[in-house]
Amino acid sequence: MGSGNRQPFDNPVIEWVDSRLPVFTLMNKEYGVFPTPKNFNYFWNFGAIAMVMLILMLVTGITLAMHYAAHTDVAFSSVERIMRDVNFGWLIRYMHMNGASFFFIAVYIHIFRGLYYGSYKQPRELLWMLGVLILLLMMATAFMGYVLPWGQMSFWGATVITNLFSALPVVGPGIVEWLWGGFAVDNPTLNRFFSLHYLLPFVIFAVVFLHVWALHVTGSNNPSGIEPNGPQDTIPFHPYYTMKDTAGLLLFLLIYCIFTFFMPNALGHPDNYIEANPLVTPAHIVPEWYFLPYYAILRAVTFDTNLFLLIGLVCAAYLVAVNLWFTKKPENCPVATTFKIPVLQDIPMKALEPLMAAGAVLFLGIGGMIAFMPDMGMAKMMDAAAPVLVEAKLGGVLAMFGSIAMLFVLPFIDRHPYRSAVFRPWFKVAVLLLTIDFFVLTYVGGKPAEGLYVLVAQAATAYYFAFFLVIIPFLNKFEPRVPLPPSIHQYVLDKKAKKKQKSDDYMNALKPEAAE
Amino acid sequence: MSMDEDTKDGGSRRDFLYLTAAAFGAVGTGSVAWPFIHQMNPAADTKALSTIEVDLAPIEQGQAITVMWQGKPVFIRHRTAKEIEEARTVDVSSLRDSQTDEERVEKPEWLIMVGVCTHLGCIPLGQKTGDVKGDYDGWFCPCHGSHYDSSGRIRKGPAPKNLPVPPYAFVSDTKIKIG
Ligand code: HEM
Ligand code: FES
Repeated sequence: MGSGNRQPFDNPVIEWVDSRLPVFTLMNKEYGVFPTPKNFNYFWNFGAIAMVMLILMLVTGITLAMHYAAHTDVAFSSVERIMRDVNFGWLIRYMHMNGASFFFIAVYIHIFRGLYYGSYKQPRELLWMLGVLILLLMMATAFMGYVLPWGQMSFWGATVITNLFSALPVVGPGIVEWLWGGFAVDNPTLNRFFSLHYLLPFVIFAVVFLHVWALHVTGSNNPSGIEPNGPQDTIPFHPYYTMKDTAGLLLFLLIYCIFTFFMPNALGHPDNYIEANPLVTPAHIVPEWYFLPYYAILRAVTFDTNLFLLIGLVCAAYLVAVNLWFTKKPENCPVATTFKIPVLQDIPMKALEPLMAAGAVLFLGIGGMIAFMPDMGMAKMMDAAAPVLVEAKLGGVLAMFGSIAMLFVLPFIDRHPYRSAVFRPWFKVAVLLLTIDFFVLTYVGGKPAEGLYVLVAQAATAYYFAFFLVIIPFLNKFEPRVPLPPSIHQYVLDKKAKKKQKSDDYMNALKPEAAE
Repeated sequence: MSMDEDTKDGGSRRDFLYLTAAAFGAVGTGSVAWPFIHQMNPAADTKALSTIEVDLAPIEQGQAITVMWQGKPVFIRHRTAKEIEEARTVDVSSLRDSQTDEERVEKPEWLIMVGVCTHLGCIPLGQKTGDVKGDYDGWFCPCHGSHYDSSGRIRKGPAPKNLPVPPYAFVSDTKIKIG
């Protein structure tokens, strides 16, 4: 960034500015000649797309705020006025509404790209974690934005989500009143949500800046997951990727426009066109589609976690830990040796393990029975001995926040030396299943929490957590390591050769001589 | 570090200054932060809205009305003899949030409570005559299926607590003051 060894510009005006404040040098270095892996596919478009969506949200949001009034008496009608009377108000609001959805689509695809190609791994851990922070901020922003039009879903969504905090022991109810500024979601709540909804996108902007800064320190990952190690592996960002990004962006915006102009309410809920009524709860409260997976995880915890269930879970976690989390199975109990617990530290793992396994089966069995089938005779008998430690409500909240926390710590869980799923056949299956799992959660999150939907949500939640806590550690240890190509260049050539071979084979098979 | 007089006891005057400066800095920051945190708590006028009077005379037996108190609905039910009977014959020890019906009412025929589901804050159904009342002849929360009995106690579903009883008093035979 320093102006020490600056190349002079030909244009005298640019040169005059740049020699005083080298912004042109900076832009050229970071977005002009910036060496970028030459093998990006279209998944690499979504960062730029998300950036454009953020700017679009800022522009449409600030213009909406010129007409919107944050008071419960008039908020709903001020939005209706935007829709009917303000010049192009309908367009700006629909752009903002659908913009939020498409912002999330872009960011989810962007995150999938990171997972599949291992972009979260060393040295890009912090880059990834800043990304997860952006996701969290986006969620907070979108949640508060959805409250602003003060429709039925606005009001009841806000009520249900703020009430989640009441699950926290001791401080919960105080926090909820503090969030509300009253004794229910009301005018003070709406007012502060507007204030924060205006603020947070700018915070997001600042974090995006750090995210991109970190990116330009490490450079981009690429589909092969192999670091570029020479000029044969890279091309300048401009014009190659400015053009590829623009092409992808235009396609994305085209789909966005189809929604905005022809089906602007397809992704929303009709109840939000009914003004908020604190006395009538809608039959099904559902959040916006992009929150459904987390909502499903929240509601999947329908059971209280009792003492036995917890002991069983700890035993199971212990077995997973000593067998998978440790690179080499410890000789003795690692907890006992660290804390120098007498007797216990001398028991060999060989003897401890079957004990733990028995404990896991026994306690998970009894605890599970009490939690899931409380009306059964056996469960009733044992009930008194197993006090409830984590109520269902709190358990759901912990699971929901835990699901994001998993993403946050992923770089430290996954220690397999290869990044890309292209060279990790087992990881590829696991991560694609996780993607399907995400869609399943989205689906059940939008359904009423009853019957089969609950079971499916529970199974999908279990896979989600198992992916991070069991499968990834398992792959660290056992996934085979096929030899990697020496460079991106070689990887590209190999891929080309394979493709050519395939098409040659095909053509040969078509030739009449070959048939004889 | 020099071997001055003041380092004899292991700490120098400078260490002391650092520590006091840091301590004062922390207290100062905290006392500036607090007004900005506390401003979000309910304001004086919000809290001032916290008492209302309700005339019970027009409510017939078996009927219920809903009034707003502190931005929340309060259910007032003129219970029938059957409802009172149902509420009082339950084995209290079997309840999730055990409370006798007597603890929840001033006068048996008047059940007064905050109509906000203790799960995640929806308004349970059961106030209007045509509403579903759940499996226990009381209220049913449609959001995640909590059933409350004719004393407003949680009987089934995810909600952890009974519908709370607000502070209220009878100012005359047919008039109450809530709050
Ligand atoms: C991270 C970027 C942003 C996201 C994800 C976001 C999301 C949302 C959402 C989901 C809504 C509800 C739309 C509806 O159903 O009507 C909304 C409304 C609103 N937003 Fe934003 N927003 C963002 C940035 C901004 C900014 C920077 C402002 C500037 C003040 C703003 C101002 C508003 C206003 C005034 C409304 C209420 C009008 C309406 O409902 O259409 N937003 N926002
Ligand atoms: S809010 Fe009533 S059951 Fe969830």
